[in-house]
Amino acid sequence: MITSRRNFLKNTLSSAIVLITSTAILSQRVLADWSKMAFTAKNTEEALMALFNDSDATVSDKITIVSPEIAENGKVVPVEVKVDLPRVESITLFSEKNPVPLLAQFNFTGGRAKGWIKTRIKMAETGKVIAVVKADSKLYQASREIKVTVGGCGG
Amino acid sequence: MSNETNTRLQAKFNEGVTEVKALIKHPMETGQTKDLETGKLIPAHFIEEIRCEYNDEVVMSAQWGVGISANPYLAFQFEGGKIGDKVKLTWKDNQGQTETTVTEIIPK
Amino acid sequence: MSMSRRQFLQVMAIASANGLLPQSVFAQRQQSADPYEIPNFGQIRLLHFTDCHAQLLPLYYREPQVNLGLNDRQGKVPHLVGHAFLKHFNIQMNTPAAYAFTHLNYVKAAQKYGKVGGFAHLATLIKRLRETYGREKTLLLDGGDTWQGSGTAYWTRGQDMVGACNQLGVDIMTGHWEFTYPAAEVLANLKQFQGEFLAQNVKVKEEALFVGAAAFNELTGHAFKPYAIRDLSGVRVAVIGQAFPYTPIANPARFIPDWTFGIQETEMQQLVNQIRHQEKPNIVIVISHNGMDVDLKMASRVTGIDAILGGHTHDGVPQPTTVKNRDGVTLVSNAGSNGKFLGVLDFAVNKGKVTAYQYHLLPIFSNLLAPDEEMQTYIDKVRAPYLAKLNEKLAVTEQLLYRRGNFNGTFDQLICNALREQNDAQIALSPGFRWGTTLLPGQPITLEAVLNQTCITYPETYVRNLSGQAIKTLLEAVGDNLFNNDPYLQQGGDMVRTGGLNYVCEPTQAIHKRISNLTLDDGTALDMNKQYKVTGWATVANQSSGKPIWEVVVDYLRAHQTVKLDKINLPQLIGVEANFEAYT
Repeated sequence: MITSRRNFLKNTLSSAIVLITSTAILSQRVLADWSKMAFTAKNTEEALMALFNDSDATVSDKITIVSPEIAENGKVVPVEVKVDLPRVESITLFSEKNPVPLLAQFNFTGGRAKGWIKTRIKMAETGKVIAVVKADSKLYQASREIKVTVGGCGG
Repeated sequence: MSNETNTRLQAKFNEGVTEVKALIKHPMETGQTKDLETGKLIPAHFIEEIRCEYNDEVVMSAQWGVGISANPYLAFQFEGGKIGDKVKLTWKDNQGQTETTVTEIIPK
Repeated sequence: MSMSRRQFLQVMAIASANGLLPQSVFAQRQQSADPYEIPNFGQIRLLHFTDCHAQLLPLYYREPQVNLGLNDRQGKVPHLVGHAFLKHFNIQMNTPAAYAFTHLNYVKAAQKYGKVGGFAHLATLIKRLRETYGREKTLLLDGGDTWQGSGTAYWTRGQDMVGACNQLGVDIMTGHWEFTYPAAEVLANLKQFQGEFLAQNVKVKEEALFVGAAAFNELTGHAFKPYAIRDLSGVRVAVIGQAFPYTPIANPARFIPDWTFGIQETEMQQLVNQIRHQEKPNIVIVISHNGMDVDLKMASRVTGIDAILGGHTHDGVPQPTTVKNRDGVTLVSNAGSNGKFLGVLDFAVNKGKVTAYQYHLLPIFSNLLAPDEEMQTYIDKVRAPYLAKLNEKLAVTEQLLYRRGNFNGTFDQLICNALREQNDAQIALSPGFRWGTTLLPGQPITLEAVLNQTCITYPETYVRNLSGQAIKTLLEAVGDNLFNNDPYLQQGGDMVRTGGLNYVCEPTQAIHKRISNLTLDDGTALDMNKQYKVTGWATVANQSSGKPIWEVVVDYLRAHQTVKLDKINLPQLIGVEANFEAYT
């Protein structure tokens, strides 16, 4: 009844979804360059400088981060970012206490994508998750504290 | 990996918006974890780049670090799309492995 | 030898005549000494029990003498114990009520008034309270923690309790320890359960749904039905289920890999609004396993709920707390644990709305209630295959053995001592569960008594080396789960119990600043950089490799024959002196 993730492959193969796989090396034209500098930055300012040449992002209540109050598993923390700003160009996610604070940058080229993503992140310890949004050429940000704890002793 | 598929991709259309969901089987190793048996560090192995195209138009491209969870899950939406049209997702990891998956947009 | 029913009733009559019993236990209008004769009030009656922890038989359960409430919760329900509790609820010392609700003079009172709880006794009372009111106007609600806590529950995978709850006539339940059985067993048990299991805050993880996991509702992701509507003779009652929000943190997530929990406050508000709008109920109730502090916070923020019937924190609260919020008032109750209490909430409804209520939290004095025959027959039947081993006498205790309280109970100390001796370790750690039944001095310690303190689905023990720093960090993390200033960020039970390790604790501090002066039993300070041999049980992250905790305790008891503890590793507390009664 409940499908385990271990059965994931089997389910994928038997599903009706059309799948074509390719091992071709991708051209650099279509994939954005991976920013080594941003991903080796030790804090959010450095990473923002590397990504945007700017680290000044305005706090905005138009950005909502949806996540649990306490992570059920620090290695898999579901995060949803909703942006209610026009012309969203990118959403960049940080976990301030991680050894590598920059988690990911989602670029919405072509202007079709909505300002919305859902993903799952790793968190080393209790701290802020920060979403920096570039919209209409300006940087905005919002953050949310998520507690990461040892488990056990549940009454 | 060549004959296996590690990506489950779905695109659903509803009221003018296509929602794309992807689940990728990948270890997303940070390079900082010790192998408990050998005591050696497990080499970093993570998806660096991921891109989604609708009718050859890139609608979303992302760069990821080691902070994305193992077996990454991603959902996003784009305006437009048509039932039956193709959505293509491509990812590449730091060890040079890549995979492209195509699916047809289905009604929600 | 405890009192006979006749003697007990005499005590009640005298106490009642002298006005020594609180209205919360003994209704004002009744002249009889029978504490269970409560007047019918209003149009509907909700009966509520919670956290019975699979205790089918009458037992002893000592209420805590330390239950710290910090900052604005200090001195408030449910953080009142002992004399402060009696004063607040206007209960006299040395009465049956004082015995039921506090730890005061516990041994003497227990010897006098006898055991509490027992499903056969509970069944008698429930039948009576439903029949005198009109069964069709009543609902029986179970707050969860029903399938775990005894040997028979463990061996039957909770099925003995599903059968007992069917026999009892439970209409609706929610859960917590139910989720410590693997998901497939949870679902199989719920198929056998004749009531409804509700939980608005348990969802199927999105990625699990994506690969085809089953859900109650695939669009909303609800793993279980979130609410139910019951028509009780023309009064429409909406009941929303709220399972323990931190189940996959406090207990192993590996048993239920596809389910995600959380408080889900926003979703709760949306659901209440939706129910009010679409279902047009007269009353909205939440059957909650949040724990009382979380319920109080939720009641202050979510509008449109008439009452939250709570559990988890095992607080026997004689009268609900009234919480004001933006749109009105919500009652928050907590109905204790171990089958020791039955909450009775009668509502009067006028012009479609709640206008008044009457609440009683009735202690189940086993000597005062004849066992229900059908239930007793059922209990005897499910216990029969295990009876011989359950009754094996392993040792005798020379002192009171109990667990409940923020820090080490005496039974915890026994477990820690057993772990240290059997595993030759310097330090033992034992989880701060709130369940675990009490033994009086002179009582035999049977296997059943050991299982009542230890029986879980992840009982494996461990021995490992930990640095002083790692031990301190662990204590800090668990302390923050208990003492965090925000109830929404408190997700544990009581403080982890230590054996062979002493410390100073300042609960009002922030994490990493609460625990200091760690010393071993010989007085030497814990060296942050040195490794110590530590033993424990109930690991949440991964399954440990050692034998089950009850085998460790059984071996220790067989070797010792009698239990008399030299020392209890209670921490020295700072900054909370006004907040609790002395340890002894």
